[in-house]
Amino acid sequence: MTAIVIQGVRPYGEDAVDLVINDGVITEILAPGTGVGTIIEADGLIALPGFVDLHTHLREPGREDAETIETGSQAAALGGFTCVHAMANTDPVADTAGVVEQVWRIGREIGLIDVRPVGAVTVRLEGTQLSEIGAMANSAAGVTVFSDDGKCVHDALLMRRALEYVKAFGGVVAQHAQEPRLTENAQMNEGELSGKLGMVGWPAVAEEAIIARDVLLAEHVGSRLHACHVSTAGSVEVIRWAKSRGVNVTAEVTPHHLLLTEDLVATYDPVFKVNPPLRSTADVLALRQALADGTIDAVATDHAPHPHEHKDCEWGSAAMGMLGLQTAFSVVMETMVEPGLLDWRGVADRMSVRPARIGAVATQGHALEVGALANIVVVDPDARWTVVPEQLASKSSNTPYAAREFPGVVVHTFFEGRPTVLGGKIA
Amino acid sequence: MRHLLSAGELDRDTALLILDTAAEMSALSERSVKKLPTLRGRTVVNLFFEDSTRTRISFELAAKRLSADVINFAAKGSSVSKGESLKDTALTLEAMGADAVVIRHWDSGAPYRLAHANWIGGSVINAGDGTHEHPTQALLDAYTMRKHLRGGQGALEGVRVGIVGDVLHSRVARSNVLLLQTLGAEVTLVAPPTLLPIGIEEWPCEVSYHIDEVLPKVDAIMMLRVQSERMKDAYFPTAREYSRLYGLGGERMKLLPEHAIVMHPGPMNRGMEISAEVADSAQAVMVEQVANGVSVRMAVLYLLLGGAKELSE
Amino acid sequence: MDSARAHDLRTVLSGDDIARATRRIAHEIVEKAKGASDLVILGIPTRGVYLAQRIAAAISEIEGVEVPVGSLDITLYRDDLRLQPPRALEPTSIPAGGIDDKTVVLVDDVLYSGRTIRAALDALNDVGRPAAVRLAVLVDRGHRELPIRPDYVGKNIPTSSTEQVFVRLSELDGTDAVEIADGAGA
Ligand SMILES: [Zn+2]
Repeated sequence: MTAIVIQGVRPYGEDAVDLVINDGVITEILAPGTGVGTIIEADGLIALPGFVDLHTHLREPGREDAETIETGSQAAALGGFTCVHAMANTDPVADTAGVVEQVWRIGREIGLIDVRPVGAVTVRLEGTQLSEIGAMANSAAGVTVFSDDGKCVHDALLMRRALEYVKAFGGVVAQHAQEPRLTENAQMNEGELSGKLGMVGWPAVAEEAIIARDVLLAEHVGSRLHACHVSTAGSVEVIRWAKSRGVNVTAEVTPHHLLLTEDLVATYDPVFKVNPPLRSTADVLALRQALADGTIDAVATDHAPHPHEHKDCEWGSAAMGMLGLQTAFSVVMETMVEPGLLDWRGVADRMSVRPARIGAVATQGHALEVGALANIVVVDPDARWTVVPEQLASKSSNTPYAAREFPGVVVHTFFEGRPTVLGGKIA
Repeated sequence: MRHLLSAGELDRDTALLILDTAAEMSALSERSVKKLPTLRGRTVVNLFFEDSTRTRISFELAAKRLSADVINFAAKGSSVSKGESLKDTALTLEAMGADAVVIRHWDSGAPYRLAHANWIGGSVINAGDGTHEHPTQALLDAYTMRKHLRGGQGALEGVRVGIVGDVLHSRVARSNVLLLQTLGAEVTLVAPPTLLPIGIEEWPCEVSYHIDEVLPKVDAIMMLRVQSERMKDAYFPTAREYSRLYGLGGERMKLLPEHAIVMHPGPMNRGMEISAEVADSAQAVMVEQVANGVSVRMAVLYLLLGGAKELSE
Repeated sequence: MDSARAHDLRTVLSGDDIARATRRIAHEIVEKAKGASDLVILGIPTRGVYLAQRIAAAISEIEGVEVPVGSLDITLYRDDLRLQPPRALEPTSIPAGGIDDKTVVLVDDVLYSGRTIRAALDALNDVGRPAAVRLAVLVDRGHRELPIRPDYVGKNIPTSSTEQVFVRLSELDGTDAVEIADGAGA
């Protein structure tokens, strides 16, 4: 096998080098233009460790009309990801070793990214009985992240037990924090605008109260908690406080909560309907700050494809969720890099290193060094692009960014040393 | 004006134009021949996803008096109840050549969506959407207040209006606050804190938890329908306590100035938010509100459909 | 109207001419109706209403009795509604005695295509059943598109269809005059 040379690339935006890859491993880092092998031009481009998504809805099995593991893998690779965590709310639910192994195997066969199944915390996400967490952890899929995402594990006792139980497998419970009684039929952020639009509000406190309870539970039982899609300034405060107490808690924020605000709901266009809902400008600014200072550990897409008919309808009937894989990097660049909140090492940390650590994915999030596994993304920070929903690889087109121009283009992606994306196209 | 989706989008001149037009329509409605040829050949569809016989009949009568063809498309007993979406229904109506769709929908924003999603080309009139707005109700309320308190002329500068009840779930309250503010009236919302939306302090009105403090200071008091089932969601302890604290009964009505009118968008819950004695009193104008509703809706239909479509088409 | 001012305006009727014309029309109405007992004068908004009031006042002077006078808005009966944005309605006021079995004299400022009068006849039909309907206009400029003719005319003024006729009445315009503008390019 001949070597692959990523020529003239700047790791973390620093000095230009040739990255030489052999057998899936970075074997040499040389002066630019001196590497020998199959040359891949990357003059002036930036190399980062391949992105790791902690929160992806691939919809297979069950809703293959919205997304499949294959189309989701393509979208991920095109977005610079080399690993995604596939959420458990499929049909059937990923609550048994059988389902998670199937998802994992299909992911391997497609071979564009690491597909890491997330196991359900409770059977059928019903919040009443723990699913076979041990069986899923011990399966070929080696599940480490457990979540009822889409639903909150709201029963305090069950949450306590889940936190305790996953300790035996080095697992983490990823909580979709949403107090159900406070959010019955909720449609958007609760505030002045929801009152005016006559929409049932989704109050920030419904998220914050669950996160507050869960960090205290995690502290009490000495386990590891991960807060999914943190969306409010109050949640940030709670997590900051918990971390200062030494609670083993991590948190993620979605790209859309870093960029978009609730004002978009006034269009009544369901493409902006998402759970948790878009929040206020103050929340957005607090989330950016928290991601910058590390209170929030990771960017996670909550990529949630929905078929056209579930969005081309009135708001109340529409499904919640938006696409995220192919736009995540650009949103991070616009909201974090351009304003100077994160440098390229920071981007690598929040989009690759820390999510890999949270998901306990040993093969991902490696520093770009000799001996590291070659999961690499190469981006062009100077190029701009315009989102055309129908051109996204996802089977669905429910992106909130139609016709929006973004900075930052993913040019090449390497998974286990093989190019999966070259020149912005699936290789 | 292409659509009527929110009372908030009406500027003062447009609102007054509608009220003035309604006054002419009202005069014409007193003749023995009540029909006008104005909208001959135009088709108005009443698209009702929620039961509301009184609003539907009011629109139907208004359209028929202007000689429009009226099609009633009810959610029950139609493709809607079989699960046809708003979009598919809209495309059907478009194919049938509807010039205007009068829509009542359980979902806030559905009329806005219908008007802006490129499903249909005609005008959209919001006949009540979820807990959002009911602009023609606000217009008929303003018409009624203007007639009683301002001799049917001008705007409502300085008119003091109390709106009492389930503001949180009331599209009537939202539309009234917006329109009354445009017309210069001073509004006080009265409700238990549980039935006021978060952020109410930003609304262009006053808020009170105590009806007795408000009654002596108003020229018009509007009692909103309160569903007793709300107590199941802990909005108030019991219907009896609600009625005692916020209902308008005979004793409490004595606090009202003599010139003040009592309004209700209907249907009334007699014994809950309003007593039979008050509902049947001389100060109550509910029956007139119904008649004014037809005139106001005639005015809206005329102003939306009575002229050329906008040049943008 | 402002754009017309930029062009040459020819005055075809002065204030005195208008006063003479309305008085003459009043006389003719009384003569033909053999008195003022069953007359109702209805002006078509906007300027027809003021002319109707002037004619009614003149008849009262001649006959010594009050003549019922009102206004009849024809907007909702127009056949060209779809050609323009919606118009605001003008008041319709029918005198208390109604129009049934009366001789109704419709009054308008300018008679042109005849479509306004067609609409007025439709509107009248919904108000009641007069014994007869007559038509009085200050100016007949020709170019009829319907089989309608006036019974009383202040002045026949042949025009070309590119010209514009402006009737100014003191109640609205501060002065009484009828002017013609060459409409070409207007
Ligand atoms: Zn979630």
